[in-house]
Amino acid sequence: MKLGFSPEEELFRAECADWLNAQMAGEFRDIKGISTLTEKAERRKEWEQHLGANGWGCIGWPKEWGGRSASLAEQVIFAEEYARAGVPGRVNHIGIELAGPTILTFGTEEQKKRFLPDIAAGNTIFCQGFSEPGAGSDLASVRTKGRLENGSWIVNGQKIWTSLAHISDWIFVVTRTEEGSKGPKGLTFLMMPIDQPGVEIRPIKQINGDAEFNETFFTDATCPEDSLIGAVGDGWRIAMGLLAFERGVSTLGQQMAFRNELDAIITAAKANGAATNPLIRQRLAKAEIGLKLMRYGALRMLSNTDHSKVDGAALTYKIQWATWRRNLGELAMDVLGQAGEVTDKAEYEWSVLPNLFLYSRADTIYGGTNQIQRNLIAERGLGMPREPRGDV
Amino acid sequence: MEFVFTEEQAMIGETARAFFAESATSEHTRKAMAGDGIDRALWQSFCGELGLGGVALPEAYGGAGLGMVEFALVAEAAGAQVAAIPLVGSIAMAAHAIAAGGSDSQREEILPRLISGDLIGACAGTEMLTVDGNTLSGIVDFVAHGAAADLFVLGDAEGAWIVRRDAPGVTVTALTTMDQTRPFARLTLDRATAEPMSKGQLALQTARECGWVCLAAEALGGAQAALDKTVAYAKERIQFGRPIGSFQAYKHRLADMVIEIEQARSAVYWAACAVDEGSDEAALALHAAKSYCADTFFMCASNMIQLHGGIGFTWEHDAHLYFKRARSIQTMLGNGDYHREQVATMILGEAA
Repeated sequence: MKLGFSPEEELFRAECADWLNAQMAGEFRDIKGISTLTEKAERRKEWEQHLGANGWGCIGWPKEWGGRSASLAEQVIFAEEYARAGVPGRVNHIGIELAGPTILTFGTEEQKKRFLPDIAAGNTIFCQGFSEPGAGSDLASVRTKGRLENGSWIVNGQKIWTSLAHISDWIFVVTRTEEGSKGPKGLTFLMMPIDQPGVEIRPIKQINGDAEFNETFFTDATCPEDSLIGAVGDGWRIAMGLLAFERGVSTLGQQMAFRNELDAIITAAKANGAATNPLIRQRLAKAEIGLKLMRYGALRMLSNTDHSKVDGAALTYKIQWATWRRNLGELAMDVLGQAGEVTDKAEYEWSVLPNLFLYSRADTIYGGTNQIQRNLIAERGLGMPREPRGDV
Repeated sequence: MEFVFTEEQAMIGETARAFFAESATSEHTRKAMAGDGIDRALWQSFCGELGLGGVALPEAYGGAGLGMVEFALVAEAAGAQVAAIPLVGSIAMAAHAIAAGGSDSQREEILPRLISGDLIGACAGTEMLTVDGNTLSGIVDFVAHGAAADLFVLGDAEGAWIVRRDAPGVTVTALTTMDQTRPFARLTLDRATAEPMSKGQLALQTARECGWVCLAAEALGGAQAALDKTVAYAKERIQFGRPIGSFQAYKHRLADMVIEIEQARSAVYWAACAVDEGSDEAALALHAAKSYCADTFFMCASNMIQLHGGIGFTWEHDAHLYFKRARSIQTMLGNGDYHREQVATMILGEAA
């Protein structure tokens, strides 16, 4: 057990920090410090390409696919320095964290050649087509239909909560390809280009006034026959494999963004005197401790190479960070007081902390609600009986 | 950077778990509870045959010379069985204090005998001492396993001393204590002969730090055991024609226990490793671990009672041993509010 980094790794840290700071002081200074996923999206697509061109797009990927074959420690370091330098989140996070690893694991050689170098280079932005109006927590009840016709897949139906679909090039879609099938059977995982008449995207305005999420409608949308990952009817297994990638190294970068949010609250508390309130002090200390435990939980999960047993740290990670951040949003508002309830903008737009308060209500819902997470922990982690399925 | 146990560490953990699971049975623990709170046979075989008492103490005095990570693995295993042994007082605090700040002769004379279990030590930092030459006077309350101790490591802001149980002027009164596996004693000193330690503040600091690691690790083991026992019960107990563990209200409470325990596990080994590596984060990690793990254990032990229903409230069932140990750990060596205030001071500066 070892927590420190080697001198070589510290050199790598300096290299990362130097390069990132130089970019944020130079050509890309206009995007430094942006905290939402939607602001200046076009510039941030350029940033994705700039990262790719300099070999920083997907450092953990194998060299042959556009990565650096970086070690775990190096990936940890890059993620930490990325956020520390005030670089905004990756608008292609679905591509680099979900689509890429899925193709790498389940795709054919041709699919790897077709997609991976482009994702690493920042040329192909992906979004995720899982949820539907009738398939939220119960993902297996998707109804979007796919059928093979004259060498093409024809897709009809609707997806919802497709984050960043409006700036994406491709969407991966879980479709029901076996007529009359139910639940996890008869599903197929397809990669679909977005720029076509059969795909329509409508933004969904959220409680913070922003529109990161969309509804995506498919009306005879098409993609070539070889666009499926895995086999026909294999979609559930691929989708579940994909969700496991959500707990990768990127979580450490996300934590550094949380660090910036907590630091902003600490600064606000010192400025307005809340930092002398013993109850606020206790809550800030709890937040600090929670963030550290998140970091060491993630390092434990990432260091663990024994996948023969259920990894408790991995199984609890989603509910842990989501709940921590939702509480952080509430703490931010308690620190700010009524000043947090007004914005100095003419539009309904919010600065970092009030936006954190509003946006974090989504954290405990998307990617599996806290309630679903508890079911999973009890069923998969502890072997409790599964929830019965209804037949309505 | 690799946050997993080495093979040697995993083996120490496995050995300790197997030892306590087999030897620290409820029956033995309950016999100790009726006496001075120490299962002598268990302590003798732990220190003697197993040789784990000195796991993190210097080899020169009969220890194994390993670190806090290895010690935490042992304490976690002991905590899982609520073992009635003086691990925190005699080893984590007294022995580690003497190793860090005792004189050469104190180390040579006392350490091998604490490590072998021939002597039992206890430790308390207090502001209630009156020092006069080489004597101490005053009352020291809440000394864990104090009634069974052969010697006491005591200290205040001025220094630290070793006081022998059989020195003139020493009176020890056992206190009937809620947690009978670690009962307190009152120590009354009336010009009792005290032997000064060479580096008193270092000794006390080390005692506190090892004590925090010990309590946090014990709490982790206890919390996990409370969960494991409740999970087993949830699968076998039938009501309304189904195992009670199939009810979502029940499952979600179990899941909440897992979520806290996983964080407590990160906390214990982060803190232990940070101490071993002399990390800048060590102080923060120790305050985090002590407060977080104690609260986690209490949450899990109270859920253990609730989720067992009536049987969990009986003396016969072991749930109350965990519950009482958890409560005791919450307060011992600084309560949660104290430790969180230390963290708050680190991130916010002093309170006004």
